[in-house]
Formats: sequence, C-alpha cells, structure tokens
Amino acid sequence: MMRLTPRPYVSPHQLLLVPVLSVLLSIILGGLIFAALGYNALDALYQFFVAPLSRPDQIGNLFVKACPLIIIGTGLVFCYRANIWNIGAEGQLIFGALGAGWVALYLPESWHFMMLPLMILGGMIAGASLAAVPAFLKTRFQTNEILVSLMLTYVAGLVIDWLVRGPWRDPMSFGFPLTPYYPDAALIGKLSLPVIGKLGQLHWGILIALCVSGLGWFILSRTLAGFKVRVAGDAPRAARFAGFSPNIVTFSVLLVSGALAGLAGMVEVSANMGQLQPQISFGYGFTAIIVAFLARLNPAAVILAALIVALSELGGDSAQIAMGIPKVVTGVFKGILLFMLLAGETITRYELSFDLRMTGGKMSRGDADV
Amino acid sequence: MYDELLLTVLLTSVPLILAATGELVVERSGVLNLGVEGMMLMGAVAGFGVTSLSGSPYIGMLGGATAGALTAALFGFFVLGLATNQVATGLALTIFGTGLSGLIGAPLVGQAIDGLPVFIVPLLSDIPVLGVLFRLDLLAYLSIGLVAGTSFVLFRTRAGLIIRAVGDNATSAHALGYSVLKVRFYTVMFGGMMAGLSGAYLPLVLTPHWAEGMTAGRGWIALALVVFASWQPWRVVGGAVLFGGVTIMQLAGQARGWSVSPQFLSMLPYLATIIVLVAMSRGGRAERGAPAQLGRIFLPPR
Amino acid sequence: MSPDREIPLLTGRHISKRFGTFTANDDINFDIHAGEIHALLGENGAGKSTFVKLVYGLLSPDEGQFLWHGAPVEIRSPQAARDMGIGMVFQHFSLFDVLSVAENIQLALPAGISLSEVKERVITVSAEYGMTLSPDARVGDLSVGEQQRVEILRCLLQNPSLLILDEPTSVLTPQEADQLFAVLRRLRDDGCAILFISHKLDEIKALTSKATILRAGKKVTTCDSASTSAKELAELMVGAALDNSMRTPPVLHKGADSLFCVAQVSRPAATAFATALQDISLSVMSGEILGIAGIAGNGQTELMEVLSGEAIGDVTAGKIELDGVSVAGLGPDMRRQKGMRCVPEERNGHGAIINMSLSENALLTASHEPDNVSASGLVSWVKCHALSRKIIGSYDVRTPHHDPLAGSLSGGNLQKFMIGREMMSRPRLLIVAQPTWGVDIGAAQAIRAAMRTLLEDGTAIIIISQDLEELLVMSHRICVLNQGQLSEPLPAQDVTAESIGLMMGGITNSVSERAV
Repeated sequence: MMRLTPRPYVSPHQLLLVPVLSVLLSIILGGLIFAALGYNALDALYQFFVAPLSRPDQIGNLFVKACPLIIIGTGLVFCYRANIWNIGAEGQLIFGALGAGWVALYLPESWHFMMLPLMILGGMIAGASLAAVPAFLKTRFQTNEILVSLMLTYVAGLVIDWLVRGPWRDPMSFGFPLTPYYPDAALIGKLSLPVIGKLGQLHWGILIALCVSGLGWFILSRTLAGFKVRVAGDAPRAARFAGFSPNIVTFSVLLVSGALAGLAGMVEVSANMGQLQPQISFGYGFTAIIVAFLARLNPAAVILAALIVALSELGGDSAQIAMGIPKVVTGVFKGILLFMLLAGETITRYELSFDLRMTGGKMSRGDADV
Repeated sequence: MYDELLLTVLLTSVPLILAATGELVVERSGVLNLGVEGMMLMGAVAGFGVTSLSGSPYIGMLGGATAGALTAALFGFFVLGLATNQVATGLALTIFGTGLSGLIGAPLVGQAIDGLPVFIVPLLSDIPVLGVLFRLDLLAYLSIGLVAGTSFVLFRTRAGLIIRAVGDNATSAHALGYSVLKVRFYTVMFGGMMAGLSGAYLPLVLTPHWAEGMTAGRGWIALALVVFASWQPWRVVGGAVLFGGVTIMQLAGQARGWSVSPQFLSMLPYLATIIVLVAMSRGGRAERGAPAQLGRIFLPPR
Repeated sequence: MSPDREIPLLTGRHISKRFGTFTANDDINFDIHAGEIHALLGENGAGKSTFVKLVYGLLSPDEGQFLWHGAPVEIRSPQAARDMGIGMVFQHFSLFDVLSVAENIQLALPAGISLSEVKERVITVSAEYGMTLSPDARVGDLSVGEQQRVEILRCLLQNPSLLILDEPTSVLTPQEADQLFAVLRRLRDDGCAILFISHKLDEIKALTSKATILRAGKKVTTCDSASTSAKELAELMVGAALDNSMRTPPVLHKGADSLFCVAQVSRPAATAFATALQDISLSVMSGEILGIAGIAGNGQTELMEVLSGEAIGDVTAGKIELDGVSVAGLGPDMRRQKGMRCVPEERNGHGAIINMSLSENALLTASHEPDNVSASGLVSWVKCHALSRKIIGSYDVRTPHHDPLAGSLSGGNLQKFMIGREMMSRPRLLIVAQPTWGVDIGAAQAIRAAMRTLLEDGTAIIIISQDLEELLVMSHRICVLNQGQLSEPLPAQDVTAESIGLMMGGITNSVSERAV
C-alpha cells in the first residue's frame, strides 16, 4: 500500500520541476503509446512537437490556437486560486459568443464605429451572467459549483443551437444552421506585422489575450483584490479574520472567469468564423482547465502553458495530415499531461512511501491507525 | 408507432441507467468521478473491437466491462493512491479516454458487427405498446437486474452499509477500522465496469459501428442523472427514461413541427438537475442527499 | 468487601509517556476497581488525555506497565482494548449522520451480526439502562445527548468491564447530564468500572467515589471524592504553589476610564460541538490588563470571534462598545481601523498564513492603511515589506532570510511576529488568545514585556489564556470563562488557587457553599 506523508518544506525549484517533468514524461509516454499502436514513435513525436514550429505561418497558427486558452485560462486561474471550481467555462464561452453575436447582428449601422468595443462588452456581460448562477447558488445555498456550472454548459449549448437554427438563422443559408455573416465592423482581422507580414491565421485578438494575461498577473499579485482572492483560497479562516468577505470573493472570481470566457468566445467567432453556428467551441473551456493547472495557477505562466497545450493541438493536426494519426490523439497527450501534473503536485507536497503490510480482508475491520 | 417510440426511449435510456448506477455507487462512497464519458468510450471501443475479433457479442460485453474497469483503475490510482484533485483527475480521464478510444478505434471505423440479439418473451411481448418491454436484449434486462442488485447491496447488506458510511464520514469509518481507500477503490472499479458496459451497449445494440466520440455526451448526462436521482438507484431508472425520452421528444417534435422549441425540452433535464441540487443543499447535508464526503480527499492519518 | 474486589480491574504502574522533549505522563500509578466510578481530574495539558489514550491502546507507554485483573498486559490497539473489555466514548463522536442508530452500531460490531439482531439488542439494552433510543432513527436527526447515547450503547453492546468517558457532559444540557449519570450509576451497580474525565467539580462530587488528580503530567494524589471538599479538589487541581507565585502586575494608571465594554452578549452555538455564550459582560480600562482564565472548550474561541468581529452575524443580543461607541455591527477590518486588534490562538491558517511570506502576512491586518494599499486598490509590497521588517526588528523575530514564508519560522518566532504585527499599530485595545502557547521562555518573556510597554500608552489588553500562572503574573483583574459564561472579575491579588480552581471547575461563589 502506498502511504503519503506531508513534506515539511518545498523549495520553489522543486515546484518548478513539476510542470517541466510532466511535459517531458507526457512526451515519452505519448511516444510509447504511438509505438504500441504501430506508428513510428519518433516520426509521430516530430510531427507533433517540432513540425508545427517549423514554419512562420505555423507559429502564427500556434498563437491563434493559444489565444482563447490564454484568455480563459487566466480567468480560471483566478477561480481556482480562490478554491472555486468553475468547470463551466465552455458554456460561458458560448454565452459570450452569443452576447457579442447579438450586438454584431442587431447593432444599427450608425453605431458600427463602436461595434467591437460593444461586442467585447456584450460578450463579457453575457459570459459573466452565466457564471453568476453558480456564484449565487453557492453563496446563498452552498450549492456545489462544479455540478451547476457543468449543467449550464449543456444549457448554453442548447441555447446557441436554438438561436442559430431559429430566430437568428440566416434566411439565405438554405436551411443550414448559420447566422448571417457578421458585418465587417464586427470582425477581427488578421495581424500584419512590419516586415514579416501576415503569420498564418494570426489575428490581433492575440493582443487582447496578451493584455488579459498581463492584467491578470498584475491584479492577482499587485492589488488588494488579488490578495483577497489568494487568501480566500489558501486560508478561508484567515480571510475572515482579515475582514475579507468570502462571498464577495466567490462572486468576483466567478464573474471574472465568466466574463473572460465570454470574451474568448467573442474573439473566436469574430476572428475565425465570422458567424455563429451550433458548434463554436472545440472544448476550449475544458482544455483551458489543463492550461490553468499546467501554469500552476500562476497568471504569469498561462501564456507559456497555453502555447504548450496549443502545440499539442496543432501537432495533432499535422500528425493527422502527415501520418494519418487520428486527430483524437491530442486528447491522449492532454490527458497524460494533466495526469502527470496532478501526480507531480502530490509528490512535491508529500513523501511517497511503500508499506508492504497488507491489512485484513476485503471489508473486515482491522486495527485503526489513529 | 407508439411501440417504436417507446422502444427507442427504452434503448436510449439503458446506457444512461448503466453508467449512472455505477457512478451512483462511486459517489455514495464519497468519490466524484467526472471521467464517465472517457470510461464509456473505452467500453464502447473495447466492446466493438472484442466482438469483432471474437465474433461473440457476449464476449464483447465482457470486453467492454473490463476496459471500463481498467480505465477506472487508472483514475483510482491517482485519486486514491496519490490523493490528487478529483475534479481535475476526472477531467483528465475523460480527455484521455476520449483520445485513446479514438486512437484504438481508428482502424475499426467502417466495420460492422453483429450485435446482441433480442430476447422475445412469449405472450408478454404481444401486449400492445408495453409489449416492447419484453422484446429487449440481454444487456437491457441485465441493467434492470443491476439496478435491483445495487439497491439491495447498498441498503440491505453490510457491504453497502460500509460504502455509505465511508461516503458520509471517512474519518469515523477509519476510526472504526475500515479501510476507506480500499472501499473506494472497489466502488470506483465497479463504476468503471458499469460505465464500460454502458459504452459497449452503444455499438452492441444501438448502432453496430464504431465512431469517434460516439457516446456524444451521454457520460455527462449520466453524471447529471445521479444527482437528479438523489443518489437512489431506482430513481435512476425513472430519470434515465425521462432524460432519454426528452431527447427522443426533441427529434419527434422537430419532425412534427411542435411549437415548443426542441432545445428547451432538451434543457429541462439539466435545469431540473440544478433545481434538485439547490433543494438538497438548502435542506442541509443531513437531508437525503449528497454524500457528505463527495469530492473530498481522504488521507489516512499516520 | 469480597476478595476479588480487592484486586483492581486495571492497574497502571510507573506509567510514563514522552513526546520528544515533552513529558505528558510522568511516573503515574493508578488503579480502578470493578463497580467504581473514578474521576480523572486536571487542567488542560495535565496529561489526562494522554493517559486515557494509553489505556485504550491508542498509544503505548514509554515506561511502566498495565495490569489487568492483576496480570501484566500490553494494550496494543483500540481493537485489543475492546477485546479485553475496555470501551471508550470520545468527546468527538464517530457517528454517521446518514445512517440509523442500529446501522451505526452494527458497523462498530464484528461482522456476522444481522441488522435485526442489532435492533433487538439496541431495544433491550437501551431499555435496561433507561436510555430510550429508537433503532431506526437517523443519527443526524438526534440531539447531541441522544447521539452520545448511541456511542455509549455501541460500547455497551461489547460488554465492557471498563468504560472510559472523556468530558462527556461538555456537550450536554443539565437534564441530559442527569440522565447520563443515571445510566452510569446503573452500569456501576452492574459491576462495570467507569473512568470519568472531567474538570467539573460538582459533577465529580455528585457522581464519582474516587478522584485522581493530575497536574503537569504527574499524579498529585488519588482521593475520596465524597469526603474531599470542592475547595480542596480545586486547590489540588490548580496547585497550592500558585498562591506563592510571583505576581507583579504592572501599575495601573489612575483616573482611567472604561475603554471597552461588553454587556450581556449572547451567541448561540453554531454547531452541536460549539459552546453557546450567555450574557457575557466585561469591561476593561485604559492601561489595564484583564485576564480571562478557563479550561479549553468553554467558549474561548467563540468569545474571541465575537470580540474580533468574525462573528457579527451570530451575536443575538448585547452591546459591544469602544470608547462609548458601539462596534457591534463592525467587521474585523472596521474594528481594526478603530484601534481594536486581535491575535487569535491558531497560528496556522487563522492568525497567519503558513504558505505566504511575512510581508503578505503583515498586509493581512494592515490592508486598510493608505500607506500599504492605495485608494485604487494597488498594493505597495515595498511598504508591506518595510512593515514586516520593522516588526521583525522591533520584536526580535528570528528569520532565515529577509522575507521568508511564515511556515519556515519557528512557532515562537511566528507568535512574536503575529503579536508584534498588532502591537506595531499602537492599538487602543489588544485582545490576545494564548499569547505564549508553544513559545520558548525567552520569547514568552519578550512578549510579556512588550505587552507591558503597550500599557504605558494607555492601551487596554485582554488576555484569554489557559496558563494560570501567566494570567496571575500579567493581569490586574481575572475572570473565568466556564460553559460560555464569564464570572465576576476579581482583582489578581485576591485570587487564590482555590477560588480560581472553583471557578474553573464550574462552581461560582453562590454555589460553592453547597458544593462543600
């Protein structure tokens, strides 16, 4: 039987080792799985992790994939640091896209010069309002936010489905469930860098993402509000002693992460799709959870973590094209990565020892180790 | 015509019943396993693959159950052995299971298998409409048997008592000499086996093919179902029929041009689950409801 | 007495137990006979819990031996103790709220006994001892007194010859306590031996025939509880030496007004195991130290939360005033701004955060100061760091480097930091719980000296402590917190070991005559 005993002190170096080792181990294990399934492991790993970085336009696409992950991931870091387990970022993203979409489709022409800021506002408000539901239920009734936020993800998916097939459907779409194409003012265009020009699909939403990440780091580490979040998550009793209200913290972190997920939804649609369809997210809300963990809940590390996870996504694409490996394999990597990160967390906090004594039978009463 | 409708509803509800009953037991012991979707997919691909290899859907069923149990063992290793965060680990399991099943199933796409045969109960199956209940496959009947068995074990045996005790107060159970981690490991394995069976049902009965992600979110619905049923096995059956029925009504409604949007109908189970959650947390933990230890990590004191 | 009554049921000879350098039990000799109710009396830290854990097999003695029915025995585990016939009812129950009484009991019994059999036994045994319990009732729905009965029943169904109860009446109403005593007397009459841990003198005199008093790990004596007066018991518990202890409370500034007062404050118990506060009244003057004594578990934590502002929602009645102005509706941060500072007893996770740096811990109680946090919410970590360095410098906090994690400090140094942090702000009122708990002598003296210095500025101090000697040395007036009620404060020089022991033992002046 394995036994865990808390370690007295953990150095920052040890803590940094966790994400690094996790990534390495995931790569190794992934390679083994490829080999086991009959693919050439080294080729597959190359396609996965190196090929996507080999061309500038691919690097641009890397940032495109990382963009929503950075935005949502930053919001989730806030939530998780406060010990609030928001699992519904996916739904909040969808709601955000809807909020922004409503502005895009119905804003009068004379207001179009304000389109994008209003869309950002609409997206953030919509995302936050969905997150307000678990916030309210938790503070008022102590209802578990995990299950509530998860259920609302389904509701959000159904709402967009209904809107896109119903009231918002483009009459010219020949029955396809699509909204009309957004007006130009509502689109986020490609980023054109001096000298280099365009980088793949890279759009200037990435600048929003970088700002969000920077702001997130700043707020969490340099403001009183951020301090309150950290204290509430680390030591709720100390928070009360300090006079920080736990309910205000709960509400704030959920609204912030909901708003950011909504923002990501707005950016994704305006930059990559230009119209709404029933499926606008590809699990970004859940992938962002992995990003938050990989960043060890530190806003400063979210960008790097998002890039690494985005790399595995992009790698999945290239591996599929080059070697016929099903796209689904990215899930394998992401899953292993998260497992390794979680195990690593445990090993840094606890010493692992093995006790070869076997106690009693299946459900018999042995002697208690009290 | 109503026969067909009822049959479809029943068939849709079987995988939900299986997966939810398994997860119910897991949660009763205090563990929250969000990886149901991943375990189901592993069960589906294993069920399909083993049936294809062996030619027997019964062996395929076993294969599905085993795959589910093994996937659950992975979860158990992390959550119980390494005391990792249950929410994150469950999520990892879903993502991993979805990916791995897709990978394993890639060469199987396009193949077809002979699924489970239907057993026709003489006489009873001739009853109009309800007769459909007696024209089901083995696994469907087995699912009801498993619900009955689970209910019996949970509420009428010592083993079930221990499971419920562990989910209520792990520290007290430990003080009394019960191995909390061992009990939880067994329930987790059981949950995995049931999820595996549930996933296997899809290719073995519903659509005799393999497709990536063919569970289409049923695992998440099963999770909602457990809460909706207030962790009571027989309520799972009713809830599953309801949830399954709603999906069917959505499609039927679309075809008939009903005025109520099908999406709102589909939303009802999820909204109902939220309402159930709130009602239970208002009543305080002592009310019939969520096992007190749900999601909490237990570390045996030295 | 019949011959076999002369062999004690359980004997402990020269029992010693150490934890590191701390001696919890020092050469204790003890015996208890069948059919005897024996009290184990002492303050917190006297060694009662340790001794009882040794008897129940949760710990093993470093030296000494136990004899059962006169024969040497090693009690290796609670299971072994149960097999021998020793049962124990803990202060905190091991029950399952979701399950029924019978199911709870079945889980404690060996496998193989059917539920219906358990139900039958529950009905018969509970009737036999006058403890009515319905086997199908959900334990979560029962009152605490009834839950305790389930625990006792659990023990009884295993036919114990020795039953140990740890402070059983701390969670009971007086009526429930009486019912418990009736049950215990029946058990005694049936030949069971009962070891009853308590600090309540009236109970000990009412229920028990013998009392063993422990102090600082050693056995003071075993006496006949019936013939020993409450006053004598109190003195033995607290130590006559206390009368001669060095008491030099600082000089009280004359002409000072009452700075802070609490009047008739009540707070219901938040959980079944919390203590309800009833009609708490106290006042303290500028430049004065008020000491609140009492054995842990009598409402100290609850009182601290009321004073610090962490319990504003729960207080049901009464006034709390600073300088004549009500602060009852203010939260902890607002009270701090008015000059009321608190140091709670728990360092880890309450008064300080182990995983955060000292500058962050400094900010914890200084976030309202515009120096540290600007109007727009921006934190100046530079200022917080300067503040923490100042605290470290002024209060001689030994740190491994310039801004360490709170968790890397020793207990004593973290305590100095926490107290220093509050004192640095020149409070008008300082409330400290267990100021020198777990702190080495040097640090303790430094802390006390710092508190005395504060008085010169007119600060009023309230010390809540289990350390009587400390209170006698530091306080001008002392009162005792017992069962959620505060006694009338006495001037420190008028306090004798006997009087304070009586108060801590639950016997106030009005009751003491009867208790003799």
